[in-house]
Amino acid sequence: MSIKVPESDWFKPPAGSERLWVGVALVWCMIMFLAMPYWHFKGKQNATGESYAVTPAEFMERVTRFVETNKVGEENGIPIVEPSPGGDAYLVGQMWRWYPILKLKEGQTYRLHISSVDLQHGFSVLPININFQALPGYDHVITLTPTSKGVYQIICNEFCGIGHHLMTGRIIVE
Amino acid sequence: MGNFLEGRYRTCNTTGLPVCLDAQFFIRAHAVAAVVFFLIGAIAALLIALTRWQAVHLLSAMWFYRVLTLHGLNMLIFWIISFEIAILYFAGTSLLNTRLFSRKVAWVAYILMVVGALMVDYIVLIGKGDVLMTSYVPLKAHPLFYLGIILFAVGTLTAVFNFFATIYIAQRDKTYEGSMPLVAFGALAAAIIAVLTLLHGATVMIPSFLWSLGLIENIDAGWYRLVWWGLGHPSQQINVAAMVAVWYFLATLTTGAKPLNETVCRVAFVFYILFINLASAHHLLVDPGLNASWKIWNTSYAMYLAVLASMIHGFTVPASIEVAQRLKGFTRGIFNWLTSAPWSDPGFSSMFMSIVIFGFIGGITGVTIGTEQINIIAHNTLRVPGHFHATVVGGTTLAFMGLTYYVVPLIFQRDFYFKGLARIQPYIFASGVVLLSIGMSFAGSYGVPRRHWDVNFTGAPLSAGFDAAAHFMLGLLGIGGILAFTGALIFILLVVAAVFFGKSLAGQPFSGWQPAEKFKLSMEIFARKKDEKFEEIAHKVPGTVVLVFVLLVSFMVYYFANWKALADVWYVR
Repeated sequence: MSIKVPESDWFKPPAGSERLWVGVALVWCMIMFLAMPYWHFKGKQNATGESYAVTPAEFMERVTRFVETNKVGEENGIPIVEPSPGGDAYLVGQMWRWYPILKLKEGQTYRLHISSVDLQHGFSVLPININFQALPGYDHVITLTPTSKGVYQIICNEFCGIGHHLMTGRIIVE
Repeated sequence: MGNFLEGRYRTCNTTGLPVCLDAQFFIRAHAVAAVVFFLIGAIAALLIALTRWQAVHLLSAMWFYRVLTLHGLNMLIFWIISFEIAILYFAGTSLLNTRLFSRKVAWVAYILMVVGALMVDYIVLIGKGDVLMTSYVPLKAHPLFYLGIILFAVGTLTAVFNFFATIYIAQRDKTYEGSMPLVAFGALAAAIIAVLTLLHGATVMIPSFLWSLGLIENIDAGWYRLVWWGLGHPSQQINVAAMVAVWYFLATLTTGAKPLNETVCRVAFVFYILFINLASAHHLLVDPGLNASWKIWNTSYAMYLAVLASMIHGFTVPASIEVAQRLKGFTRGIFNWLTSAPWSDPGFSSMFMSIVIFGFIGGITGVTIGTEQINIIAHNTLRVPGHFHATVVGGTTLAFMGLTYYVVPLIFQRDFYFKGLARIQPYIFASGVVLLSIGMSFAGSYGVPRRHWDVNFTGAPLSAGFDAAAHFMLGLLGIGGILAFTGALIFILLVVAAVFFGKSLAGQPFSGWQPAEKFKLSMEIFARKKDEKFEEIAHKVPGTVVLVFVLLVSFMVYYFANWKALADVWYVR
């Protein structure tokens, strides 16, 4: 009993409605559990966590090379970079910007490498609302296929200091 | 036979339970500390809500993050854990009919906890710890920030040790016969989870402390997140276990309820102990470096067995109340037992609303956004605090408030002033928390980030922002915040007035919330053996069955709607 010792024969299986509920709840739990592996095979949105070790300096170097070879324009002095479909794209989070602006093609697949060169950052694409974590030391590869055209905002949703709210970026999908 | 020292115990005039006076002293001490931390956290909460409500936007960026750090630490750690230690001391002694193991150990624990908490608050307020509660590396705070948390954690471990040792001497001196009472069992579950949690805390905080001193060069950001969340999420599961124990306690005290089936309730607590510590994964679902099978196994607490446990308690507590009420003669229809429940007893209303808010809002949203893939559209958005304000505030804090309405008269032996206000306080607080949680959750569905000072991104080189619908939800958050703060402030004032200026209740029974004869009837129902009539009603409990199936249907609708929402976003793997 709740505040007194229970009767000595308390060890017994549930009965009646209680047994029904335990059974139903268990079935529901199993359905929810199986939904996740199912989506890995049938669904189009998964977080595989593919990543490689990288130092901030190395990653910055790759970003710079990526920008130099694929730059197609500029906005507010920020380079607009168009990776080749099926190819690699790089995006660096740093206090306080997502660099560079990416220009992607609808329906094409890209290997998007995100990382941070200082604090932890949160990669968040709006208004689509896709969110991934960017960590210093980790080259996080997100295999991304934009399925809608438009200009999308990237914001940071991991606290990264006083200028956190200034940290934005862009993905243009054509 | 109790093992109390001569003159160091009394018998409660209301419940008939024995009270160890040493335990009573430390229950009071921890409860007072808890309420002070709650006040600090509540003031911070109001300031944060009025800043997130973009139309008001009260604080500057610097003070917003500072106050947010203060809020998280005081509410999630200092207030709740301090209160839980009070619960452990009560459940360990009064329910097991034993004295507290050691006063000295209790003093050490108490001093460590208070000093640690004050150290952290001081460092945060002077601006040397603007790292939020999570203090994600490489964000760096002053060394005393980490040391304060370590001291608080060591203090908590010391208190938990005192609790375990108390159980040991109760066993040794055979102060009770048979199995321990369910509420003590739940408290024990909470204590075991606390140990696992605090060991994670030590594993991550000690290196962080050394790193802040410059003795360690580098801490891996991914490793830190993994281990920190072994502290961060499971520590909330201490709250869950303690809260459920409080549900059972208050159900008994306010209606005379007793569990239908002890085995089911106890196995559910064991599930918490076994699986709930896997919850670190909830925060790492879109992190690099962790693969899908690890995420699926851990985020689901090993096939959702800890969720099953909560769904069980969500049935057994209302069902036990239903049986007790039906035995009292409230047998008409499906819900007469519920409508005739003592809704003007703040202990009861807090407890029942805590169950509803925890289940319907906190539970459903938590399991859904903690689904591996659905987390892609939820991670670090306001949906996350939308979830945990329903569990930790609407659930745990509200339940603890309900308990406090009995702790003050029974342990402090003081009477409340303004009882009418006390009777409506849970409703004010609960409705505020519900609005707040709903505002957060739906704002988060638009992608509004958590822990963010300005979602208009004023001054950002590339513009960003949200539409009117998202801002409406942020307004709801603000209004809910004001309402919840009002409820919290009323609670604090009532408790302070009663504890320091209240009429003494020493030597007399308390019947402030329900007429004495009603309370007597409840205790009579509780003391009655489980006879055939009890079993017959317990097999059916139609009202509870309706309630839990409404929960299940709501759960399914919300869960599958989120899969649909996920299916609409860009392809990503």
